[in-house]
Amino acid sequence: MIICNNGDDVLEFEALEDEDVEEDEGLPLQGERTRAGGAVTGRGAEVEWQVPAAVSAFGDLLEETSGVDTNVCYQCRKCVSGCPVAYAMDYTPVQLLHAVRLGLKDLVLGSATIWLCASCETCVTRCPQKVDIVKAMDSLRAMALRSGVKSAVPEVAGFYHSSLQNIRLFGRMYELGLIAQLKLYTRQFLKDLDLGGQMLKKGKLRLLPEFASLGAARRVVSRASKLEGR
Amino acid sequence: MRYAYYPGCSLHSTGKEYDASLRAVCLRLGIELAEVKGWVCCGSAAAHAASRRLAVALPLKNLAQVERQGLKEMLVPCAACFSRFKFAWHEIESQPELRREMEDVVEHQFGDGLRILHPLEVMARDEQLAQLASLKSPSLAGLRVVCYYGCLLTRPPEVTHFDDAEYPQSMDRLLSALGASVLDWGYRTDCCGASFSLTRTDIVLKLSHDILEGARQVGAEAIATACPLCQLNLDSRQREIEAEYGTRYNLPIYYFTQLMGLALGVPSRELMLEKHFVDARRALEKVGMP
Repeated sequence: MIICNNGDDVLEFEALEDEDVEEDEGLPLQGERTRAGGAVTGRGAEVEWQVPAAVSAFGDLLEETSGVDTNVCYQCRKCVSGCPVAYAMDYTPVQLLHAVRLGLKDLVLGSATIWLCASCETCVTRCPQKVDIVKAMDSLRAMALRSGVKSAVPEVAGFYHSSLQNIRLFGRMYELGLIAQLKLYTRQFLKDLDLGGQMLKKGKLRLLPEFASLGAARRVVSRASKLEGR
Repeated sequence: MRYAYYPGCSLHSTGKEYDASLRAVCLRLGIELAEVKGWVCCGSAAAHAASRRLAVALPLKNLAQVERQGLKEMLVPCAACFSRFKFAWHEIESQPELRREMEDVVEHQFGDGLRILHPLEVMARDEQLAQLASLKSPSLAGLRVVCYYGCLLTRPPEVTHFDDAEYPQSMDRLLSALGASVLDWGYRTDCCGASFSLTRTDIVLKLSHDILEGARQVGAEAIATACPLCQLNLDSRQREIEAEYGTRYNLPIYYFTQLMGLALGVPSRELMLEKHFVDARRALEKVGMP
């Protein structure tokens, strides 16, 4: 008996003994898969197996907020092969998905991975099971921002935070304002100073914000936020 | 032909050349652009990470204005904005309940047949290519260029419906029609790391280096782009990349609309070539262009 306690759920599995599986029976994976809410059952190599489809409360929560069912991932790692930022992450995308279904909420929300996903959509395009990893990452970032967990990559969290404030304040992105805000947040005052100066000189950064759509933007932000109870 | 036009924040600042060159090209080709009145930021940079509903509501606010202006097709040159618009429309088309909610938020009932298009989709149409090929204007003959599409134009295909997700060809066909020697290469849809421009520059330098290196390996002397974030990364960070990796690329990074403009005889001043960080005139002098 294997007992897995992850804080949300207690799962019990019967461990398979080697003699339970007869090699010449082929792959023991011939069951039917139903969507979350139902259970996965199957029969192969003389072994009855059953895995609850909704593995963790955290996985359920993610599915509720993002519509992404992590349980259909069969860990083929195609997402990792194509991910341009996997080299910089603490957990690869496929590991993060698995952590979600194990209910390891603190690990997931505290990971660098959720902030280092570039949202390039390569994994989503190539996933044979159509797991929308980018949508999952979006939801996980939103959860992390809301729950006040300390971000493993604070400058990126600060960027999301500052950008949103920028839209609320100006209606359109005001790059200089965003850069100033970000510098206050990260305390990296000297970063890209030279590049910024050149951009200004070339007239590629506006000195003043455009307020053309301020009222309209504020109205949408407040009406959309109200829907989400905030 | 008349289109609604959503420039987005970048084309009013860091990507001014893209705005100017697109307008110049459309003027020459008889394509009329009507800027979306009072457009708001599409939320590209951040809304999706904070609130799923806001990420849908911001683009829809602009689409509502498009319909109010009596237009049905909107051109979005920024690949990041294009992606957000396509996502928002995909979401409400596939979820009737969300559609009702969002129509309430943006205070507008959407009709049918609204289309979000990237300028490449219009410029690389067969009839447009035929028109361009028949023009007696300076051609790009001799310019060895690779076409860089970036992430968000083609992916995911179920949402963007743009060309081919892994091997897009529209920009290649367009620049070939204008006489350029378009080279095949392996980085056309790779990511430049744009979302980390202001934060994790180390990631941007690595990813953009790979792209520049890929272009050099096939013998390109220029890269054509279709996204203001890609252009900015590859152009303005190129010196830093060269210093970091101890090499020299000196590869000008053009918007495809700038190259179109040159082929159509638009003066280079109007295309804002002087705003580039890497000298953009050198490659053109080589092919006998002003």
